[in-house]
Amino acid sequence: MHVPDGFFNAAVSISAGAVAATGVAFCLRGARRELDDRTAPMAGLVAAFIFAVQMLNFPVAAGTSGHLLGGTLAAILVGPHTAVLCVAVVLLVQGFFFADGGLTALGVNITLMGIVAVVAGWAVFRLITKASRGRGAVVAASFVAALISVPVSAVTFALLFWVGGTAPIEVSTVAAAMGGVHVLIGIGEGLITAVTVSTVLAVRPDLVYGARGLAAPLVLRGADGEAVVTGEPRAQGAPRRIGWFLPAGVLVAALLAGIVSFYASSSPDGLERVAEDKGFSGQAADHALADQPLADYGEAGDIPVGLAGLVGVGVTLAVGGGLFFAVRRRSRGEASARDEVSA
Amino acid sequence: MGAGHQHQLYRAGDTLVHRLPPQCKLAAVAAFALVVVATPREWLWVFCLYAALLAGAAAVARVPPGFVLRRMAVEIPFVVFAVALPFIGLGERVSLLGVSLSAEGLWSAWNILAKATLGVAASVLLAATTEPRLMLLGAQRLRLPPLLVQIAMFMLRYMDVIVDEMRRMRVARESRGFTARDVRHIPVVAKSAGALFIRSYERGERVHLAMLSRGYSGSMPVIQDLSASSRQWLVAGMLPGVALVALLGTWGLA
Repeated sequence: MHVPDGFFNAAVSISAGAVAATGVAFCLRGARRELDDRTAPMAGLVAAFIFAVQMLNFPVAAGTSGHLLGGTLAAILVGPHTAVLCVAVVLLVQGFFFADGGLTALGVNITLMGIVAVVAGWAVFRLITKASRGRGAVVAASFVAALISVPVSAVTFALLFWVGGTAPIEVSTVAAAMGGVHVLIGIGEGLITAVTVSTVLAVRPDLVYGARGLAAPLVLRGADGEAVVTGEPRAQGAPRRIGWFLPAGVLVAALLAGIVSFYASSSPDGLERVAEDKGFSGQAADHALADQPLADYGEAGDIPVGLAGLVGVGVTLAVGGGLFFAVRRRSRGEASARDEVSA
Repeated sequence: MGAGHQHQLYRAGDTLVHRLPPQCKLAAVAAFALVVVATPREWLWVFCLYAALLAGAAAVARVPPGFVLRRMAVEIPFVVFAVALPFIGLGERVSLLGVSLSAEGLWSAWNILAKATLGVAASVLLAATTEPRLMLLGAQRLRLPPLLVQIAMFMLRYMDVIVDEMRRMRVARESRGFTARDVRHIPVVAKSAGALFIRSYERGERVHLAMLSRGYSGSMPVIQDLSASSRQWLVAGMLPGVALVALLGTWGLA
């Protein structure tokens, strides 16, 4: 899925670049929280790990094989901020040192495979682990999160393609084809991610960021049989205040977008309408290939609309949330600086 | 969806292009890629000129054409997509050799092929003439966040170590008669990935402690002087400069 130069027009390339830069800047702050002073060496190591893992080809069905994207795996193992950074660095290195993925498309690539995949995967993972605790839940959540993250980023690709692609293809065709293939790849990704996470959980549970709350507290027993509990297990991630609010908000927004746009699309079909209004849908019916299998994807047009709504919510939340956090952090930093000056 | 990358592209040499400071080359290639993407697809001769510019740069850097062409294989998945475009594209249709093709699809196939090829060729030339470490230092001079550059540096250093570790695990699997043929084999591959993560993470922690005990304080010392003279900027700027002049010139004529 490394998009080359010339695939998207200049406007989309540049705005995706801006989104990617904002996201990476936000994650640079967050990664310091996740890895403290070891940020650079350990994030570099995880990036190298993702790079290596992407070389693992796994059989999807007879004759075809996919390879891991690794964004969700990294998010569960080392935390979402570090994961976005690692994927971004992997893409940078692939773009500059291996000429894989165009330089002007770097923003698009980082947005799709870094930000969208990791945010979608991590949101799903948190939702599930919030609902039920325990090792089994972590492993199951890894599977679902990785499974969902892959088609979500594929459908986002289709959405971007609709906005600023350089080829005249119906967005539903692209979305259905990309989504369909990537659901298959997503199943493989989910299986590998889940088994990898459970392997690491079995050996070094402290290395799994997504399972931080699960470690049992250390109990010291003296000679007289008196037990002393030391070292409370570290509390789960995000600040408590917005701990439940964020996943709930995401869920409500996702439900609204998914269900509402699904119903909206069962009547005239919103996206098709827009496409016609814009004047680039047109002659779908007089295709010479209208009876070919590819043409059937138009039938599946309903589902991508719902998915596209979900994806839109995800992207907006990511961008808006990123800006919000950046602004809030800055204003708080300035306030504390002012306090210090006045004190 | 290209699979793994086995070999780095760097090709040692001592030519004018090799000696240019990395930040000049990075900026030049990025600007060139932007100019290429901004060119309207109908201006065929401008694309020929871009290709000639790249060929000239390759000749100066003494990078043989075969080297560039072989390394351009990463583009292939998108070539397949571009070839399919005329068949599945929308819009006015033209008949060519009895096959009905979309005119719009043909144009966009050309658009993607030409721009992607030029972009990949420029990137291959950049990677072939610039040492990876220097390229990152150049990126830092171009105001890329230092933390990001550090992460990329560590990644470059750990990459071969981890890929080697993985290869040893694969050899061990295969010498016991295992090949992944089936979906049922995914757990085996995944357990290898888990073991790889634990091994490399623990190794990374040991290396980090060793670095701390040797005085690592959060940034690597830069020994080389990477400042670029205005003459070097001018030489590097010739690639995007000529391309831009051609683009604007055609714009003026049109």
